[in-house]
Amino acid sequence: MATVYVNDKPVDIGNERLNCVQAAEKGGIHIPHYCYHPDLTVVASCRMCLVEMGDLKDGKVAITPKVFPGCQTPVKDGTVIVTGDYAKRDTSLPVLGYPDNYKPGDRAKKAQADTLEGLLINHPLDCPVCDKAGECKLQDYSFQYGRSQSRMIDEKNTPPNKPEISSKITLFTDRCIMCTRCVRFTREVSGQAELSVVSRGHHSEIDVFPGEPLENKLAGNVVDLCPVGALGSKDFLYKQRVWYLKTEDSVCAGCSTGCSISADSNKDVIFRLRPRPNPQAQGYFMCDEGRHGYHYVNAAERLNRPHVRKDGKLAPIAYTDAVKAVSDEFKDAIKKNAASVWLVLSPFLTVEEAFLAAKWLKESSKQVKLALGPVPFVGEDDTYPKDRRGKALQPVRFTIRAEKCPNRRGVEEVLRTLQGDVITFPKVIEAIKKGDAKAVFLAGGYPVKGSFDVFSEVKAENLLLAVSDFFTSPATELAKYVFPAAAFSEKEGTYLNHANLAQTLHKVSHAPQETRQEGQLFQDLAHRRGLFNLAAVRKELAKEVPFFGKLADQVPELGVKLV
Amino acid sequence: MSASSASVRFIEEPKIGFLERMYIPAIMEGLSITVGHIFKPQVKTEQYPEQEPELPPNYRGVHRLNRDTNDRVKCVACYMCATACPAHCIDIVAAPAPAEWKDREKYPETFVIDELRCIYCGMCEEACPVDAIELTTLYDLTGLSREQMIFDKEKLLSVFDQTTKPDPHRGNKITDPVRTRSGLLGPAAELPTVK
Repeated sequence: MATVYVNDKPVDIGNERLNCVQAAEKGGIHIPHYCYHPDLTVVASCRMCLVEMGDLKDGKVAITPKVFPGCQTPVKDGTVIVTGDYAKRDTSLPVLGYPDNYKPGDRAKKAQADTLEGLLINHPLDCPVCDKAGECKLQDYSFQYGRSQSRMIDEKNTPPNKPEISSKITLFTDRCIMCTRCVRFTREVSGQAELSVVSRGHHSEIDVFPGEPLENKLAGNVVDLCPVGALGSKDFLYKQRVWYLKTEDSVCAGCSTGCSISADSNKDVIFRLRPRPNPQAQGYFMCDEGRHGYHYVNAAERLNRPHVRKDGKLAPIAYTDAVKAVSDEFKDAIKKNAASVWLVLSPFLTVEEAFLAAKWLKESSKQVKLALGPVPFVGEDDTYPKDRRGKALQPVRFTIRAEKCPNRRGVEEVLRTLQGDVITFPKVIEAIKKGDAKAVFLAGGYPVKGSFDVFSEVKAENLLLAVSDFFTSPATELAKYVFPAAAFSEKEGTYLNHANLAQTLHKVSHAPQETRQEGQLFQDLAHRRGLFNLAAVRKELAKEVPFFGKLADQVPELGVKLV
Repeated sequence: MSASSASVRFIEEPKIGFLERMYIPAIMEGLSITVGHIFKPQVKTEQYPEQEPELPPNYRGVHRLNRDTNDRVKCVACYMCATACPAHCIDIVAAPAPAEWKDREKYPETFVIDELRCIYCGMCEEACPVDAIELTTLYDLTGLSREQMIFDKEKLLSVFDQTTKPDPHRGNKITDPVRTRSGLLGPAAELPTVK
């Protein structure tokens, strides 16, 4: 067992191979850094993580005369790290045996202040109009470690901005501090190496090659990686100041990878999604499809209240009336012929919602059939890095899955237990066309338009069809009852990704107008009282569907592997 | 936060003596002030509205949005005023600046102040990094409806025009000359200039 001392604090690092920044992080001490990123190669170019280092032998510390970049220097048993924050250390701990004339932390502190002064030489003072202000590492560190006034008397470099580097990303060249995280990302993770550093010294700039803009499917990550406001997402640019945003942990519903994300919203409007590091799910990044795929949540044409068909047209109806009518009609249909009643569960439903929906009809009659809704597939699994010709390379760092829904696995497991097998959607359509299905409930929305296009060919008389969806579709044209669906950001629940990782969704924003989350809808349809309570439903689910047994306890932040 | 019982100190009411209970000394003291005022010089009453009051230049009245030397709105839509505002009466929608504004990337597409909600504390003026929002000495603000009192960008710019030009209603006086760095953009606009 190796022990490292960070600001006198002994940190047990076990057998891990760590650098100073990681070892200090383990001991709860933050070493400031810009260029270091745990998932990218180390270049030690920003010099912000400079620390004093030494070796502990026989109770005495031999301190090296120079400061070291913490991100590049590995630690071993007995390594002593002294950061610029030594003065803020835990004073209850015994002080190590430093040499007599040595003042711990002084050199590192000065080195950090000097580094910051260097970085700020050409950095414009435009924080008020910079979108990064508020979450900018340069702002934070100059406040904590820097000096308050600039000694620079010459004019600053003002290279022109480059909004043309990408259709989704803009570059404010003058704000760049040359940490090269974005360059390394495009070389190592996305692979096509669109970005590079041109010119030298203080005139270095990030740029793309002429005619080859940054357009890969992971490009959006460079905006998150940028520690300052140099790279900005055009989707989010000038929309909000970051201090107005509320951040909530969520899960991307774009594909079956199920990236852990942070969703930022203000006044019930989502403004951006950012990846939340999760080694079990996707790592540190997310794809642009997911990142920009939330816009349907804020779309104006979303269905926002229940409708009922009256004289051939859909007319608005109060939620409680709609619930009562649907509940009664399905009860009648089950009484007449339970085998002709179908419930189709979309892979966009959470596990708990699928469970509650299945329980609603299965409790009335075992003969009711449960089926899986259409599972959207687009192309093939897209893996990164890719070379410049678009050929996927090994080892794979990131995968965008072809299955464009977040919870097929979860819904399938519910169906396996409560139905016995998984009935696919074409069989439902077949049954409707044959006239075997008399009452069908299509549960759960499809943010992807065109998922229910197959209904444009269906001509069924005397079919009782109830749909919950985001937008009008051929299915809603045929439906007697239409419920508005709640988006992933508007509900609580569990998504099970392709690798059986169960992650918790949190409510980011309120659903528009009369929209209730499906969990509530199915609870109301089944005449269960009260509001949807995630913990209670999970307990019930864990009891009845053994596959989800682990959900009975608190699900950790980074999810839990069920298999 | 409620005070803990340990930090509360209970004190007794002071005892009143015989003379104090007669109230005569207190009455005499009060009368002396009243009588004293009879012999003091008269306070001059201002005849408002015929006579306009002389207000100090830092009086906090209606807001204005300043213009720069090119007559464009000086504001860079940084939301500092909206953030500082304790009454949440400022609503800004930012947008990329028009392409011909070479010195700026961001400008306010809309800028709305609810003058009824405003408490005229002047925090917006203090927060502004480019001296774009200022409180003028216009104090007699009236309106016939709530909607009239919600000032948009054009109205706020017109307040600038009104207060920086000779006002015929106030003896052709310029009521609120541009106070700060007239015509120049502040440090926030210190952005790349294309040469």
